[in-house]
Amino acid sequence: MRKYLPILLLPIWLLLYFNLKWLTDSLVYGVFNMPEGTHLTDTLWFFIFEVPKVLLLLTLIIFIVGIIRTWFSPERTRKTLEGKSLFTGNVMASLLGIVTPFCSCSAIPLFLGFIESGIPLGVTFSFLIAAPMINEVAIILLFGLFGWKTALIYVVTGLFIAITAGWIIGRLHLEKWVEDWVYTLKAGQQPEEEKLTFQDRTKRGFEAVKEIVGKVWIYVVIGIAVGAGVHGYVPQDFMASFMGKSAWYSVPLSVLIGIPLYSNAAGIIPIVSTLIEKGAALGTALAFMMAVIGLSLPEMIILRKVLKLPLIFTFIGVVGTGILIVGYLFNFIF
Amino acid sequence: MIIKILGTGCANCKNLEKAANLAVAELKMDAMVIKEEDITKIMSYGIMRTPAMVVDEKVLFYGRVPSVAEIKLMLAKS
Repeated sequence: MRKYLPILLLPIWLLLYFNLKWLTDSLVYGVFNMPEGTHLTDTLWFFIFEVPKVLLLLTLIIFIVGIIRTWFSPERTRKTLEGKSLFTGNVMASLLGIVTPFCSCSAIPLFLGFIESGIPLGVTFSFLIAAPMINEVAIILLFGLFGWKTALIYVVTGLFIAITAGWIIGRLHLEKWVEDWVYTLKAGQQPEEEKLTFQDRTKRGFEAVKEIVGKVWIYVVIGIAVGAGVHGYVPQDFMASFMGKSAWYSVPLSVLIGIPLYSNAAGIIPIVSTLIEKGAALGTALAFMMAVIGLSLPEMIILRKVLKLPLIFTFIGVVGTGILIVGYLFNFIF
Repeated sequence: MIIKILGTGCANCKNLEKAANLAVAELKMDAMVIKEEDITKIMSYGIMRTPAMVVDEKVLFYGRVPSVAEIKLMLAKS
């Protein structure tokens, strides 16, 4: 029975997703009988429409990504990266960072495992930058709230930052700023990889949905609630004065504010989407989002166990500069 | 039987410890569940993902928190 569950659930998903507008309309104007065009109606409509839309997208795509990820693992990624030269290694590490399952709580064992098997520091960093920054939740939310173009821009610029920042850190030869015990560490024999049937893989897909959607749904609801409030009540072009193109300082300021702000993609993207609607420039918003998601304080604290402070600051500096460039570039182009 | 939970103290590691204790209690096994938080010791098992479960020095699984039912099944087999 469990085997056929995904096939049974898919039509229900499609039916819901493609009738959401109609459902929201009939709920807001029909059941609640609210007048068209008021702030409150707009706010409520936005909230009732966006929350299920984003949650539906999250559920389906995380299920699919959860299955795809059973074919990838940090162990396999490590094997692929072993012996790769600096630039090629950076590109591959960044690409694999998108698909390899990663949780910031595993950042340390992963870092140690990579370094211990001889993968260069710069290549390891490319992975550590790409993995949290270009995550599936961010991509889905960007797709759902902005459309596929913005999602693609985010992935491509994220890759660019991960590749160049890792390459620069590699070229700077900063091994001396890695804690000394890291290089004397002896890792054990890697345990045998488990063999999975397709049923195991779909089960992992369900587990991923339970774990990730179970964790982020509340941020999605809060983020969209704040976004809905901004959407309905904040005047048009309100953000233009301080997050608009003409304010040159807005990009570095967004990055500075974004680094200590720790929110996951699920909470921040719905808010950013409405900021843009109210006149914030795309590049500024993109820079803010990347700083929040890609440079998080808790992760720096975790990494402090294996990296000396100068390397942490170099890491923040290099990635931060990359984000700045992306921000200015997009404000310039669009 | 000695069951070790490898993990550096994240939420999932605590979840796994809870699940392991439940599984042991439900199976009425004569086993001791201990936590290993020392990263150099964790690395000596050759894993790159936490949390992990080690039964009598052999890695049973790593990088995820299975359900109590699944842990019971795996413990019964090993």
